Amino acid sequence: MLPLFILVPLFCLILLNVPPKAIVKRPAFWLVAALPLVQVFLTAFHPVAVWDEIRNPFNSYFIFNLSVDALSTVLLLSIGIVVFIAALVGRYTLSGETQRFNFFNLLLVAFLGMNATVMVQDIFALYVFIEVTAVASFILIAMQKDKPALEGAFKYIILSVVATVLMLSSIALIVMAAGDTSFAAVSSAIRAYPASVLVKVAVNLFLCGLFIKAGIVPFHGWLPDAYSAAPSSVSVLLAGIITKVSGVYVLIRMVVTVFGIEQSPQAVLMFVGALSIVAGALAAIGQSDFKRMLAYSSVSQVGYIILGLGCGTPLALAGAVFHLFNHALFKTLLFVNAAAVQEKLGTVDMNKMSGLSVKMPVTGATSVVALLSTAGIPPLSGFWSKLIIAMALWQSGQYAYTIIAVLASVLTLAYFLSMQRRVFFGKLQEGLENLTEARLGLILPAIILAVVTVGVGLAFPIVLDKLILPVQNILK
Amino acid sequence: MAINFILVVALLLAALWTVMTARLIRSAFGLALTSAVLAILLFRLDSPMAAVFELSVCAGLIPVIFVTTISLTHRLSQDAFQIRQKERWGKYWYLLVIVVLVGVLLSRRALLPDVPLPVVTHPTDVRIVMWNMHHVDLLGQVAVILAGVFGVVILFKEVKK
Repeated sequence: MLPLFILVPLFCLILLNVPPKAIVKRPAFWLVAALPLVQVFLTAFHPVAVWDEIRNPFNSYFIFNLSVDALSTVLLLSIGIVVFIAALVGRYTLSGETQRFNFFNLLLVAFLGMNATVMVQDIFALYVFIEVTAVASFILIAMQKDKPALEGAFKYIILSVVATVLMLSSIALIVMAAGDTSFAAVSSAIRAYPASVLVKVAVNLFLCGLFIKAGIVPFHGWLPDAYSAAPSSVSVLLAGIITKVSGVYVLIRMVVTVFGIEQSPQAVLMFVGALSIVAGALAAIGQSDFKRMLAYSSVSQVGYIILGLGCGTPLALAGAVFHLFNHALFKTLLFVNAAAVQEKLGTVDMNKMSGLSVKMPVTGATSVVALLSTAGIPPLSGFWSKLIIAMALWQSGQYAYTIIAVLASVLTLAYFLSMQRRVFFGKLQEGLENLTEARLGLILPAIILAVVTVGVGLAFPIVLDKLILPVQNILK
Repeated sequence: MAINFILVVALLLAALWTVMTARLIRSAFGLALTSAVLAILLFRLDSPMAAVFELSVCAGLIPVIFVTTISLTHRLSQDAFQIRQKERWGKYWYLLVIVVLVGVLLSRRALLPDVPLPVVTHPTDVRIVMWNMHHVDLLGQVAVILAGVFGVVILFKEVKK
């Protein structure tokens, strides 16, 4: 069954482009929105263990080395949710049927690329699908072809190419030592020669490449430009899931499953994690562009995930993966809110807006849910994941990093409250008296995401038990 | 051995052309050609897996990214092209010497890695390596080529308008 997660989007992509465009342009949205919804249903309600047992005719023709464990399940679920929301936002914010059709096509490419990335069991296949996702993202960012979009896309592709060079060089060295590229062969070769300079260079090159892809400080230069210059639906996709799959998920997979925690530079991971938390939060405070502030906030929140990964205990890993899932939810929600504001005001400059909650109550209320979750306020989902990371750090004796993680949450609350006060609270900006709430296509995704964010927080024991704690098994 | 030597010379010439030409699109094509020659060389040296990777990455994936990016740029005028072409030869004539020297240095035993090299057990038939061992990669190649086509259609076609 697993190959269908790649083959069905590929088939749909071909299906959309073979018949005359006039016939397929309108139903394209329904097709693109249905696929991630089915994926969400399968990953949320279908036990992963039986997936491999379900036969399909493709198994006779293709040999796919794919596998899904608890970590991949969390990512497949997150991909399904964010791609569905991005399709909705794209439908209502992109102008012109042709632009929307192009967006849906590239969304399908990114969708299949991300699905494959979280399922492959081979380091080279992993690289190929990271590139598939990167090429789709690069075109999506540049789609509007104005100067900021081209600049954002250019920065993204240049840093992406640097990451590619680092990862390919690492793969070459790994093949030299392991003779194969499967995760199992690479893992056993790395564990067999722990003192080898070749192995250490290979591991560190790969990690540096992934730091760029994940936008971790000091490799985060491309991220604010790419997020803020892209169309709203693309920002949702990039911030919500693409950087998480291409950078953060792959980093977790490589460190835990392939390189092994003990072979990875845990101290470096924790240091860059803490650096990202603080630097991202401080940079976010000084922003007046709504989307740039959210981009720096992403840098900061990804820092928590890396800090948990670097800690390396089963509890810290579970916390890191939980925060990855939560961050996909609340950051997507915040970018949907930014899309709503941009659609109604035509700008994301926070100096030109105030008191919007009066006219846009749903957007204002859902953004409060997202900001409180990001800052780690109970009982929202972000609180639980940050609490687990902090507890794991404290238990493993990392007191300084625990204090940094907790204090940085106060910084997060500060810049988000500042944003909320400037944008949504206070007196309505002059000239905005006729402002109305964003259309249903932008309110609906915001409501869905806010309900899920609150729901995950309230149903925390169930989510933890069914979805998050099984992630600890990948350490065994 | 003679064929391998000819391939190395062809590789160097293709690589040199890639770096020296002032036209970006020719440079991308030169890179693909260099990779194709290198892939043949790797096959001849009993490294079919490395050859398939070389072929798929540098002759497949990377030119797609380059061509998509180049589609956003303006073509150089003939005069500007000729001036830049001359400048490149004047500035980078020593590159070939450096490449040959680095190649000789890297081929010395002292630069071999500090782990025992594994015995390669993969089949040496390119068809088996390409079609039987990497089905998923092939799907990825198809996807990235489709993305490249969308890129050229979306970015290039409308820029021309």
